[in-house]
Order: sequence, then structure tokens, then C-alpha cells
Amino acid sequence: MSLRIRNRPIRAGWLVRRDRRHGLLSLAVVAVAASLAMAGCGQRQAPVPAAPPAATAPPVASPLSRSTVPPDESVPALSEVLSGPIVDDDILSRSLDELNRDSPLSPVFFGVDSAELDDAGRAVVASNAATLSMYPTWTVTIEGSCDERGTAEYNLALGERRAVAVKAYLVSLGIAASRVQTVSYGKEYPFDAGHDERAWAQNRRGHFVITGK
Amino acid sequence: MFTFPPQSSTADTRTDLQRARAPRAWRRVLTAVALLAPFIVSGPGVPAAGQQPSEIAVVISGDPGTPPRYVVPDFVPLGPDAGDVAAGLGQVLWDDLEFEREFYMIPRDTYATVPTARTPGQIPFDAWRELGADAVVFGTVQRTGDEVRVQVRLFNVQTRQSVFAKEYAGTPANPRLYAHTIADEIHQQQRSLQGVARTKLAFASDRNRERAVGTVQNRDVKEIYISDYDGENPRRITTNRQLNIMPVWSPDARAIAYTSYRRGYPDVFVARIYDGVQEEPTGGGSQNWLPMFSPDGTRIVFTSNRDGNAELYVMNRDGSGVRRLTNHPSIDTTPTWSPTGTQIAFTSDRAGQPQIYIVGADGLNLRRLTTDESYADRPTWSPAPFNEIAFAARTGPGYDIKTYDLASGVTRRITFGEGTNESPSYSPNGRHIAFSSTRAGGTQIFTIGRDGRGVRRVTREGNNTSPSWSN
Repeated sequence: MSLRIRNRPIRAGWLVRRDRRHGLLSLAVVAVAASLAMAGCGQRQAPVPAAPPAATAPPVASPLSRSTVPPDESVPALSEVLSGPIVDDDILSRSLDELNRDSPLSPVFFGVDSAELDDAGRAVVASNAATLSMYPTWTVTIEGSCDERGTAEYNLALGERRAVAVKAYLVSLGIAASRVQTVSYGKEYPFDAGHDERAWAQNRRGHFVITGK
Repeated sequence: MFTFPPQSSTADTRTDLQRARAPRAWRRVLTAVALLAPFIVSGPGVPAAGQQPSEIAVVISGDPGTPPRYVVPDFVPLGPDAGDVAAGLGQVLWDDLEFEREFYMIPRDTYATVPTARTPGQIPFDAWRELGADAVVFGTVQRTGDEVRVQVRLFNVQTRQSVFAKEYAGTPANPRLYAHTIADEIHQQQRSLQGVARTKLAFASDRNRERAVGTVQNRDVKEIYISDYDGENPRRITTNRQLNIMPVWSPDARAIAYTSYRRGYPDVFVARIYDGVQEEPTGGGSQNWLPMFSPDGTRIVFTSNRDGNAELYVMNRDGSGVRRLTNHPSIDTTPTWSPTGTQIAFTSDRAGQPQIYIVGADGLNLRRLTTDESYADRPTWSPAPFNEIAFAARTGPGYDIKTYDLASGVTRRITFGEGTNESPSYSPNGRHIAFSSTRAGGTQIFTIGRDGRGVRRVTREGNNTSPSWSN
């Protein structure tokens, strides 16, 4: 399942590797991802999605309802499960710059002129929420960005709305709001400096930057 | 506008520069010297020159129904030291006079056959007349050490009379400023027009190609720059190696408010550029962007998400008295003041896509302005006597500058799909609009007449965005 919702295989491999090492963690991650994905449907209004109750959302109408994990299983805060430090963890040994260069947190992408999280976006946020749960000391900034086809001024607000939408969903999944900052760059600091559809899609983005660990 | 102290009356057909050489006038000119020296960086704002009535106002006219035809030959250096200052003055003055399109400027490359005059008595009026000139500018430059004296006279080719005679004293630091000053004063005297040759543009630029300090790689910073209205004399204002964008001038043209990410999030900063003082009126701690000074300079309207989403707020310039202006779950942003300070135009997507709205400065009487656009942003209210709002409108893949006349409700298109065109800002006389455009590669600042004619490229180095035109 985590393979399906992740858009970058290398990250998925990383997660699977983690899972093998930590059986307990594996179960918890799957549980979180499943319940989060199920809980995230039907939110059309950015920027503040209604907070879904993470552990009790019914599986009705969820595309992921065939999960093998009981949907009503309670999900304890992963920080409690992972009370001890993770040994042999190359993630923990990396600097912030190294982490952000090849981040374990995936970006969320948006449609044109939209700040709504779609199913794929919610799945990414859920996956990031699971990761953040594993590293409870991490703080992040969500950078909202826009493609160059909007105006520079309005894009500052649209990017803000995107970042806030991502944060709201992240918080609804149990990540403390105090760990999450948002910032909008509008169409400044483009991730892809190109001027085509591919570049634009890259730049309509909620980008996770790890700011503390 | 950067102004000088009131100076002696300009029209004088009888005594040429004798008036300027009279002791009292000479003192005033010397006062001007002190300000010309470091020109814009020091010196308090002073009342604009040109308000006193001329004793003899002689306006040179062209043939009926046509603008007067001007020639501006090179300024004559009197002495070997004056060459550096004199070089280029004629071209700069020609460009400045051309800019307002009040005169027909005879191209300078047609002057080659006309003999050079070194004194007013040598001016070849017959040759200028054959070239079709109604008016000829004659300028000389003297230099003694670091003291420069520029004398300029405007002659009526028909009558051979001097209708404008003036001497400017200063330093050799910025020769262009002499030409800009002369252009503004000729426009004032001949056309009763407030010229913009001494105005400035502020804009954001990545021209220094520095990379942002931060954990995400490969981000080119933008810093705030100012330049003359024609793009010359660019100077960097901010140096914090972060994102600094959307500068706007204070009405007295001594401060620039802008959006800076130096704290990691956007906040409004005010740079008092001639005092070297940086202010953060909001006090930090909240995200605020897109400031705009009220016409009297006492208040700043801006966008903030401090209450959860993008809304408009007004604060006093020192940050006190913050008041929320809009209250809607949609985006409200990009505010601009009306010239009277009683209304604010802004962008909202409460109807779906971004559109231009107007609200009273008290937050009442909100109404939608644009109804025929699919996407409209960056409203900019024109100064009087025009009463229009310029904005960027989506016109296909990109944007064009349009103006909306508030009296008639008529929208006019100013640019026509050459690249994408954004962020309009009016010149203080309302006759020109600065904007950013991708038409020439990268993003550059251009100016254009409010009638859509006379586009000029202002910047060339790096990418340059979000111009603001000073008073």
C-alpha cells in the first residue's frame, strides 16, 4: 500500500527497508497510512479541510477500503511507540541540508489555479504524516508554490493557501500544529525553471522542508 | 520626484544668463549645487521648482496642428576637463524630451552636416531651419576641479530668441541628472507638464546572481533595486540574500516598502533608503506582504494571513492602529489606494477567479470592478487627472496590461500579447505605465504610454520584476 501511494519508488524502498527492521513500526505505519487515506476523502474546500478523526473514520466510499487493517483500530501516537532512539538510522545521522536534498518527505502537487488536495495529494500528506510521526522531534515548513502562469501578486496568496491546506490536513492527521510552519513563495523560487507543462506541474507544489530535527 | 530648491525664473529673452549671474540668484544656484553633488542620496525633500510664474513665458510652437520640432545637439565642453560630463548630455536630454511625446524630436543622427556652435552667437539657425527645427537647445559645460557648471538655452529658431536660459552648478558625479533636470524644466516651461525625468523606478532583481542562504538548493535571491526612470544609475537597496520583492515607493520618494523573506516568511519592511534605516512596522511574528503607502504616506495597506487566510489590513506607518479591511474566506490581496486615499482597489477570488474589487478605506461599500476578465490582478490607481485603474488581465496564455476608466467603465488594452505583461505602476504624471514583461527574454521592466504607445525597455541585466514608479 505504501508503494501505491508514494510517487517516488526510492522513498518507498526506504520505507519498506525501515519496516523490515521494525516490525512494530511497520504495522503502525500501515495503520496510519490506511486510516489517513480513508479519512481524507470528500474535502473540496481549501484551505481548511475539516479534521477527520484519524482513528475512527468509517471506510465508506474510500477507495482504500479493502485495507487489511481494521478501520476502527485505534492508532496511538507513534512517538509513544518509538520511545527509544532508532539505532543504525542513516536518516538521523544526516544533516538538515542532506535531509532536504533527498528528503524523506514528498511534495504535494496541485491542479491549475487550485489549492485543493486531491486523492494523490492526501496520500502524500498521509505518508509524510507517518514519517513525521516516526521522527517526533522534526519540525517542518510547508512551502506553497505556484506555476508562472498566475500573476506574481495573486500567486503569493495562492501559494499561501496551498501551504495552509497541506498543513491543515497534516494537523488533522495528528501532527502537532506547532511543528508545522507555512510559507508561500508564489512563483518565486521555482523548482523547475522551465516554461512548459512539466515545469508548471512541478511548481504547483506544497514542498516539505525539514527545519529542525 | 527628486527636486531641487526653487531656482531663478527660466525665461529671459533679453539678458540670457545675466539674471542667473545676479548675486541673489547665484546663491540659490549654489544651494542647488549642494544637492546636485551627492544628488539623490542626501538632502531633504524640498518644494518642487517651477511653480513661480515666468516673467516672460515664450512657448515655441510648431506648424498648426503639429508638435514643435526640437533639435538637441551635443553639449559643448568648454575646456578639456569638461568633456566627460558633456558627453552624452545631448542624447539623454533628447531621450527625456522624446519620452513625453510633447515635441517632435528630430533624430540626432541627422545633425551631422550642421556646424557645431561653441557660443550662442555661432548657432547656425539657418541650417537648423533647413532641418525643419522649430527649437534648438544649446548647452555648454564648464568644469573646474569637482565643480561643474552647465548652461543651457532653448532658442526659437524662427525668432532666434532664447526662451529658456539657465545655469546649473554641481559635481561631475552624475551628469545625467543635469539633462533630466533640464528636461523637466523645459516640459514645465513649454508645456506646463510635470515631467518624470528625475523620477525613479524601484524593482526586484536577481541580477547579482546570489544564491539564497537556506537548506533548499539553487535558489536565486532577489534584491530591491532602484534606478532612474530610464533604467540608468541602478543601485541596490537590500543586501540580505533572501527573497525581496514587490517594492513600492513612499509618496515622498524617500522610502521603499517591500515584501522580504529575511525572517523565513514574508513580512513588510520599510527601507528609508537615504537614511540607511530599515523598519519592520508589523513587528514580525505574522505573515504580511504586498504593502502600499497611502497617498499621504501615513498609512500602509497590506495583505496578511494573520487571521487564517489572505485579508487586507491597514496600519499606520509605524505599525500602530492595525485595522482589518476585508473579511471573506476567499483570497483578498494586492491592494492599492485611490489618489484621495478614500478607496482601495484590490484583488479577490471570491467569485472564483481573481478579479478587481474596490472597497472604501473604512471597509465599506465593496463592489466588483472587472466583470469581463477571466483573471485580473495588480490593480494600480492612476494619479489625477486620469481616473483609471491599470491591472494585469489574462489574455490567452499570458497577461496584458489593461486600464479601466472609472467614469465610463471602459476597459482599454495597453499591451497586446507580446510576452506576458504584469505588475503595472503609473508614472506620477499618469502618462506612463511601468510593467514587467517577458517579451525580450527573461523578465524585464518596460515603460509604455498610457495610450499603449512608445514602449521602452528599462532593464537588461538578470530578471527584473514588480516595478514601482516614484513621485
